Amino acid sequence: MSNPKPRFAVRDLVAEAVTSMLARPGRTILTILGTVLGIGAIVATLGIAKTAGNQIVTRFDPLIATSVTVSNRSEFGFFGPQPNVNLLPWDAQERLERLNGVVAAGTLTNVDTAGSLTRSVPLRDPLARNEFALNVVAASPGTLEVFVAELKTGRFFDEGHSDRADPVALIGRSAAQRLNIDRVDHQPAIFIGEHPFIVVGIIDDLAKEPRLLDAVIIPNGTARKLFGLNGIDEVHIRAELGAAQLIAEQAPIALNPNEPGRLRVQAPADPTSVISGVEEDVDALFLVLGGVSLLIGAIGIANVTLVSVLERVGEIGLRRSLGAARRHIAYQFLIESAGMGFIGGVVGASVGVLVVVGVAASRTWTPVLEPWVPLAAPALGTVVGLLAGLYPSLRAARLEPVDALRAGM
Amino acid sequence: MSLPVVLLESVSRTFEGTQPVHALRSVDLAIYEGEYVAVTGPSGSGKSTLLNVLGLLDEPTSGSYLLDGVDVRAAVDSERTALRGRKIGFVFQAFHLLRHRTVIENVMTALLYNGFPRKERRTAAQTALARVGMGHRMEQTPDTLSGGERQRVAIARAIVAEPSLLLADEPTGNLDTKTSESVLEAFDDLRRDGLTLIVVTHDATVGAHAERQVEMLDGILTELETST
Repeated sequence: MSNPKPRFAVRDLVAEAVTSMLARPGRTILTILGTVLGIGAIVATLGIAKTAGNQIVTRFDPLIATSVTVSNRSEFGFFGPQPNVNLLPWDAQERLERLNGVVAAGTLTNVDTAGSLTRSVPLRDPLARNEFALNVVAASPGTLEVFVAELKTGRFFDEGHSDRADPVALIGRSAAQRLNIDRVDHQPAIFIGEHPFIVVGIIDDLAKEPRLLDAVIIPNGTARKLFGLNGIDEVHIRAELGAAQLIAEQAPIALNPNEPGRLRVQAPADPTSVISGVEEDVDALFLVLGGVSLLIGAIGIANVTLVSVLERVGEIGLRRSLGAARRHIAYQFLIESAGMGFIGGVVGASVGVLVVVGVAASRTWTPVLEPWVPLAAPALGTVVGLLAGLYPSLRAARLEPVDALRAGM
Repeated sequence: MSLPVVLLESVSRTFEGTQPVHALRSVDLAIYEGEYVAVTGPSGSGKSTLLNVLGLLDEPTSGSYLLDGVDVRAAVDSERTALRGRKIGFVFQAFHLLRHRTVIENVMTALLYNGFPRKERRTAAQTALARVGMGHRMEQTPDTLSGGERQRVAIARAIVAEPSLLLADEPTGNLDTKTSESVLEAFDDLRRDGLTLIVVTHDATVGAHAERQVEMLDGILTELETST
């Protein structure tokens, strides 16, 4: 009994605070509710933003992400339709294939056949329809590689065919069916208008541009000679994964060094910027909401703690008479409010995680959450509780024992 | 006799204000170990102020106060708080029991702040409750007890830390005559065990239990001759 100051027992204070909270569970739960909502909203927000961002990665299509298309910017100028001669060069494929990061490149141009129909036999049959208005397109050999074309039979045409303006054609699967052609080893002929062509191959499938399945594809050189093709509509490029953005910048310069700005470039959006964009959109809105509800939660805790202090003035007086120092009183109320904040954080984190899982399940997404989020939530709740309890605790500690005892219990 | 438990020398307490109130005017009082003292007097006479000063809840404006030989006026606030927790037990008119705690938990709160070993608290509380005849109601909450029983629980709380001095402020003020008796008997028992007791009351029957009576009147303390 020589020690004038008893040792400060944290365990006792925590036990007292916990007992106080448990003594009135209904009120404690109501007090915690605001913090639960605030923390829950923040955890759910971060989780949903992350989950949605992840979903974009999952849906990420390598074919789309590597496709770059260059075309003439304006089909209609100030004085009406502008001739697009010379904007895209005939050797577009060669120029682009020299660029680092280009897997394949090719041109694609609609050929104006002046209404000529396509048929496989030079015979006008009055009973059966054997002439069709098929699309005729001019392409360079690389085009089919860009579109990942698969041949059913035969072969692609090559640069030689184009240079010599050979009358050769590739036909799509549907066009072949209509023209009644299913093999090419006997070199079947088709007629576009009065021009005969030898079918060298039948395309079975295309990963892109499926409209070509119902078309006749001829070399650029042939189209120039026979149909007077005077320019290229579009250049299609398949870049290496991740190189699309770079190629999109370089391609117009390679194609038309004089006027790259007159070319229209279509390139996929940068996937990382898409993800962070989505996350930022969701985050900004809901984090504000979460912050507001957390603030309301903090005010709730502060209010209830203050009311609790006023209600328990007699108890404070009693504890002071039993030898409790001012700091013991302050700590007890602080621990109570911090404890409520902590529980609010734990429950809020659980609710938030459940919301994320629920939202993900309803969209058949994979729920994704940063592991630190549910761990940091109780800490955040505790801090909120501590801050909220600061003023009421100081008020409780400042009470004079004589006045407090007079208040009664 | 040895050193007094309480030694007040010309203690005054003045409450400042537009009309200063002299609650205590140069009070001299010596109370020795084992004494049972009743402080009587009308309301507003300074009884409560005297009790607050004795209980270290209030500081005198002037004069000296030795508690168990320690000069409490030299002590700082936190030291007086610690002294209060160890040396003084309080019994209040309104009991001041925590409603949501059991009887034994209420008694154990008196051991929280004075460094009492945690493991011995329950045993000490049981012993104290048995001393006031409340050993059979330990796990009940105060709401289920009668007024007299509640006050005896409060007495158990006041004595559990084995204080040098027990201060009771109108301990029977909220009780009827019959239940008052059980509380006064409890005080008599404690007195027999050698505890130093100071009871503030305006009830003559309560005062009659004490061997020594002092009267407060307008802040002045007068020793009364006891008939017994």
